Amino acid sequence: MTAATHDHAHDHHVPGFFKRWFCSTNHKDIGTLYLLFAICAGLIGGAFSVMMRAELQEPGVQYLLQADETKGIEGGLLGAAGRMAGDVVASATGEQTTVEKHGAGVDAGDRNGQLWNVMISAHGLIMVFFVVMPALIGGFGNWFVPLMIGAPDMAFPRLNNISFWLLIPAFLLLLASAMVGVGAGTGWTVYPPLSSAAYGHDGLSVDMAIFALHLAGISSILGAANFITTIFNMRAPGMTLHRMPLFVWAMLVTAFLLLLAVPVLGGAITMLLTDRNFGTAFFNPEGGGDPILFQHLFWFFGHPEVYIMILPAFGIISHIVSTFSKKPVFGYLGMAYAMVAIGVVGFVVWAHHMYTVGMSVDTRAYFTIATLIIAVPTGVKIFSWVATMWGGSIEFKTPMLWAIGFIFLFTLGGVTGVVLANAGMDIALHDTYYVVAHFHYVLSLGAVFAIFAGFYYWFGKMSGRQYPEWAGQLHFYLTFVGVNLTFFPQHFLGLQGMPRRYVDYPDAFAYWNYISSLGSYLSFAGSVFFVFVVLYTLKFGKKVEANYWGVGATTLEWTVSSPPPFHAFETQPVIGPDKGH
Amino acid sequence: MRFAPLFWSFTSLVLAAPALATGLQPEAGVGQPVPEGIGFQQPASPIKEAMQEFHNGLPFGLLPITTAITVFVMLLLLWVMVRYNHRVNPTPSKTTHHTLLEVVWTVVPILILVVIVVPSIKLLYYTERAPEATEMTLKVTGYQWYWGYEYPDANGINFNAYMKKREDLQPGEPRLLETDRRVVLPVDTNIKIVITANDVLHAWTVPAFGVKRDAVPGRLNETWVRIDRPGVYYGQCSELCGTDHAFMPIAVEAVSKEAFAAWVAKEQVAQNLVPAPATEAPAETPAAAETTPAPAAN
Repeated sequence: MTAATHDHAHDHHVPGFFKRWFCSTNHKDIGTLYLLFAICAGLIGGAFSVMMRAELQEPGVQYLLQADETKGIEGGLLGAAGRMAGDVVASATGEQTTVEKHGAGVDAGDRNGQLWNVMISAHGLIMVFFVVMPALIGGFGNWFVPLMIGAPDMAFPRLNNISFWLLIPAFLLLLASAMVGVGAGTGWTVYPPLSSAAYGHDGLSVDMAIFALHLAGISSILGAANFITTIFNMRAPGMTLHRMPLFVWAMLVTAFLLLLAVPVLGGAITMLLTDRNFGTAFFNPEGGGDPILFQHLFWFFGHPEVYIMILPAFGIISHIVSTFSKKPVFGYLGMAYAMVAIGVVGFVVWAHHMYTVGMSVDTRAYFTIATLIIAVPTGVKIFSWVATMWGGSIEFKTPMLWAIGFIFLFTLGGVTGVVLANAGMDIALHDTYYVVAHFHYVLSLGAVFAIFAGFYYWFGKMSGRQYPEWAGQLHFYLTFVGVNLTFFPQHFLGLQGMPRRYVDYPDAFAYWNYISSLGSYLSFAGSVFFVFVVLYTLKFGKKVEANYWGVGATTLEWTVSSPPPFHAFETQPVIGPDKGH
Repeated sequence: MRFAPLFWSFTSLVLAAPALATGLQPEAGVGQPVPEGIGFQQPASPIKEAMQEFHNGLPFGLLPITTAITVFVMLLLLWVMVRYNHRVNPTPSKTTHHTLLEVVWTVVPILILVVIVVPSIKLLYYTERAPEATEMTLKVTGYQWYWGYEYPDANGINFNAYMKKREDLQPGEPRLLETDRRVVLPVDTNIKIVITANDVLHAWTVPAFGVKRDAVPGRLNETWVRIDRPGVYYGQCSELCGTDHAFMPIAVEAVSKEAFAAWVAKEQVAQNLVPAPATEAPAETPAAAETTPAPAAN
């Protein structure tokens, strides 16, 4: 537990509100800021997805319409949101008065496909760069890496602060890009030539989105450098690399992936920026460039990026499974090196996102085999989690429910990844809803489940107050049913050939789209409920002691009070050979 | 094949009257998605059949294998949740290692991958190139937001195909899938498809054929198809290409070789690519019906 206070060693003076939250150098406060940011961004990104599912609920275009004064239709995002809220369209004409049950795909006005493309792009970019990464890396990483290795703070506290504050303008730029001109309707992948000035994206939108990615990228790179330095140099005595908790291992691997992958994205989008504005032709075939080059650069970043999102999740799940099974993690070294292996192999599989672009068949054969290999370390992790539970004494508290949900749904998303890995098979599935289902199973039902698992696991530690158990469980069941209802039918749509990024679809796809939309409403209701759970807990939650999970929780963060003091570890902890993971 | 009678009646109609080749009726369940469908569209080419076999085939297709893995993990989870519930098992074990077990769960997945990878690579190379010589070529060009088609072996017959608006649809023609002009192709013919784009990326896709290839400006991509049976087959652009990405479908009308030859002869005249039929062989009665309609290009 907390050691005796040394009055002279540390200044326990907590700064005033502005200095504490706006000029913060404290890893816990910065972590809190990241988590708050991720929750806000998550609600915005989630609202986008609900609007998209509402549009897809029925064939025909009901909400995303061009402005039409004669029919009293307001254009743009706000107009669409207003129609969803009011459910009334085109009352001026007297023909169609309500948006409901159009049956065989009648449009409620002139469709606005660009607005749809802007929404899918914004949804993707927000969820990747402003929800999952800030929550897992900035939030939990900042909070718990120093605590778990017995360090007083991150290595570079001011760098840590700028990492967070770069995200704010990045997010504002991204949101503004959707409001300026026609918006960036390019997909989160920003492929040229669609994202170039010549084909409908000549306004400021794409430039603003590029700058948003630049800022978010700088934030990630600085954060990665900070984590690597912290983990390599600031471990408490006795905390060897092989005694580090798995979450710290996960963050270490993630930080290396960020450091190596994000600069490539930075280069690619900078080239895109100069193509757009300064007459270069890196990706323009008319000037000797190649649009496929951009795809290679993007996915050289983009594939490691998906592991950047999932590795911290792996770390969190390991802790939770071990805590609630009251057993140490099974096969610790295998777990740690499986993550290293996933990180390394993750860098040499990028072109499996590009099986249809016209690469040579031998290249595709290589990428097929390399991609399939990733299933092996991933399988090791799944089986090790099950083995950790095996023989344990399992308590099904909210974090454990999310963790078990994660293991099962990540397995499901993983095996569809094995299907997609086969270049020959992928021809039928590439750019269909099967892919959408796959990556939402590993990210929306994987990474996001891990975020909620971690949140409920550490909420008491971070706030000093415990959530009501029934509320956490209700949130879990709502979400579990909702997301499965949303995404499982999308496998069927994909196998039937429904392409992704479609604002309207042939009537034969109506049934499963309807089910999927219902599921998304349920999931979003779960998210809103979560916000209330958080607010309630912060105000009325029961106060908790240092280690409220009991014997299973063995890592160092459980040795400090809940919430931890402003400066933790006044006496440096020493890790003996029996301690650690 | 509950559609078979309907199917053959349409086919005979086409054979009897080649001039109607572009009037083929689409059939429910063929070449287009089916309501509430949960699997692949009915295959209409050997490529798609091979894909379907690789995906659905018992016992070592992808679907059986992945389902088995998922069910296995689910059963394991259920078992530990029941058996090692803290009420049933109040004292946890301290086991953290079991070398043999760890070796097994590394090696067994590798073996499963080997079972997958062999047919996978075979399928991949099969999709790449037709096993026999190409008999004709179709050139496809993607535009914002329609497809351009060209028949280089038929004196360069060419046209653009736009999505049919809702109000122009004939009964039976699916919304968002039908085009004003369909691509006419012969059945039982190795067709090379050359794909490019003129503005942004697109992807030419026909699910029933197992064909999907990106249309990239500045590049000629190539794939192939051999269509099994006459019919109308639909697909949709499969690479985000802007505002009307969802509204540039592909409609292929597969007809007998004879009907195709007749269509080519008629179309060449209609497009002024060959002199009028009066000076040539009579076009209305397809003289070249017995021969391969389009000469092999390469």
